[in-house]
Amino acid sequence: MRQEHLTMGVVTCLAAVFVALIFMVWPDWLVDVMGRKKQFVNTFLNGITLAGLYFLVASGFTLVFGLMRNVNLAHGAMYLLGGYIGYEIAERTGNWYLGAVAAFIAVALTGAALQVAVFRRMQGDDLRQTLVTIGISIVAADLMLATWSGTTYQFQPPEWLFGATQLPVITTIKPSGAEVYLNYPTYRLFVLGVAIVVGILLWLFLNRTRIGMMVRAGVDDREMLAASGVNVNLVFVIVFAIGAGLAGFAGVIGGSALSIAPGEDIRYLLASLVVVIVGGMGSVPGAAAGAILIGLAEQFGLAYFPTYGVVLTFLIMVIVLAVRPQGLMGRS
Amino acid sequence: MGKYIVLAALLLAYPTFVGDFFTFQIGAYALLLGTVALSLQVLGGYGGMVSLSQLTVAGIAGYTVAILGDNTTNVMGLGWPWWCVVTAAIAIAAIAASLIGAISVRTEGIYTIMITLAIAVSFFYFVRQNYPVFNGFTGLAGVEPPRFGALYLRDPAPFYYLSLAIAAVFFWAVRYERHATFGLALQAIRDNPRRMAALGYNVPLHRVAAHALAGVIAGTAGVALVWFNGRISPGTVGVDVAIDILIIAVIGGMRHPIGPFIGALVFVLLENFAIDLIDRERFNTVIGLCFLAIVFLSPDGLLGLFDKARQAVRADTPKPQEPRKHPDKLHHNR
Repeated sequence: MRQEHLTMGVVTCLAAVFVALIFMVWPDWLVDVMGRKKQFVNTFLNGITLAGLYFLVASGFTLVFGLMRNVNLAHGAMYLLGGYIGYEIAERTGNWYLGAVAAFIAVALTGAALQVAVFRRMQGDDLRQTLVTIGISIVAADLMLATWSGTTYQFQPPEWLFGATQLPVITTIKPSGAEVYLNYPTYRLFVLGVAIVVGILLWLFLNRTRIGMMVRAGVDDREMLAASGVNVNLVFVIVFAIGAGLAGFAGVIGGSALSIAPGEDIRYLLASLVVVIVGGMGSVPGAAAGAILIGLAEQFGLAYFPTYGVVLTFLIMVIVLAVRPQGLMGRS
Repeated sequence: MGKYIVLAALLLAYPTFVGDFFTFQIGAYALLLGTVALSLQVLGGYGGMVSLSQLTVAGIAGYTVAILGDNTTNVMGLGWPWWCVVTAAIAIAAIAASLIGAISVRTEGIYTIMITLAIAVSFFYFVRQNYPVFNGFTGLAGVEPPRFGALYLRDPAPFYYLSLAIAAVFFWAVRYERHATFGLALQAIRDNPRRMAALGYNVPLHRVAAHALAGVIAGTAGVALVWFNGRISPGTVGVDVAIDILIIAVIGGMRHPIGPFIGALVFVLLENFAIDLIDRERFNTVIGLCFLAIVFLSPDGLLGLFDKARQAVRADTPKPQEPRKHPDKLHHNR
């Protein structure tokens, strides 16, 4: 318990320092040490919004893993597939929201089909399941390359998401005394909002519904859940569909923030892996914590030591594995 | 024993039968890929640790050669003599492999795959974004193998024999290790780590030592591979290539050290010729489907299929046979 208090204390202090740094007006000496405040706040916001995107991708990954012990290494491919399908639908209907919904549904159905047709056959054989997901990701990436070629696709999000929003954060005070407020891309704030909403919905689903209860019970003890008369296979299909669907949905959300192109699958697979290893495998709150840590580390690394940025992410993973092999919020 | 002598004679005579392309691009390349996959076979087959970072270890050795030796990119290229470079590259690869082992052995089973995959992807992104040392996206080019008078190691036949020597040495080492004390302990740890810990074996140490041994194998192959390519870039250590190594080991079979070499030969032949049968661009679909077929049909790879076929033939003959035992199958669930 004492160690937990200590951890909470450290986390609270760090959070307080960040909040103070964001809202206060920086004195000159701080600018000398850390560079301009605008860069710092922008980096922080980039990190947090990226964390939102990472959470969207990794929450599905961790949910599937927690329940079925299935490391779905095709998760990145599902992100990419969602992006492409969403793009096609959005282009044809001219409705971006429809694209996002279609991506969720299409990839969720793909995930359910995979669960029924492939993974159910090798239930309990973790290694073979993982190898199969690797094979699927190779074939899927290649077929997507054949269908959509190597072109980079750019989404057209709705009008109101374009442009920038003024935030109540003062970056500098001009010599004339006028306060300069920070402008930040609206779309990235929207991504963060979506991630929070999805996080709350997932929490409600897991804690307030009957199926959510079964899922939590299944994470704790699969055999006992099956023995108590629950149709475990149905629960598995539902969870796999939700996990895959979230990856597809994230493909549209993330593809609109950046773009959709071959190679993105690997990027988001790495993000999911690291977020889940750091946060604790199978834990949705862990995915949120891991996403924030990795999102911030990646953006601060990129901004302050550009050619060694990845090392920061990697170090976080190594330190967590050394101190808590089960991850920050994972159970041993 | 007899079959190994025949195999050795065939392999030694191979360059005299075929042209440069088959000697260099097929023969030598398959031997080197097979050696990298052999290092995975040691970890996966004997140690039960399926690692996706073996190509990363080979890549670390390759980058070390390009950084400490000469390259034409004007980044690093410290110009050390070749034997210093080779020794340092293999040593650094072994150290890196031990560190990867130390990170990953605290967890088990599929966690090992996840962590080593994360390491492989991180290394790829790291060398791609780092320009001062690794020259980022372009990588380091103009890496030359040493010259000994008139003997130029990148000529097809000399390079083939170099690759064959590397492959043969490690093949025998791994084959020996399988029945040596360390190898037996490793296989016992794979089958039941808790019991071995109770018997007083230091389980994590054995696993890290296996990673170190695999690191020496992969590192040596990595040195030869950078000589083979003459250059190294992030693409060389990409995730797709790291997964190719796993595909090679699984297709061949992880039960016996010959498996990775069979897998590598099939892989290289498919890479070069299967694309003539179908669309040239769709190699990954072909190899992915082959991999899936093997995973579905035969967990022991082509070796397993071969054994099944042989058993079926024997079952047809009337005289009774001892059932073949496979004490060291790639294992499985706990």
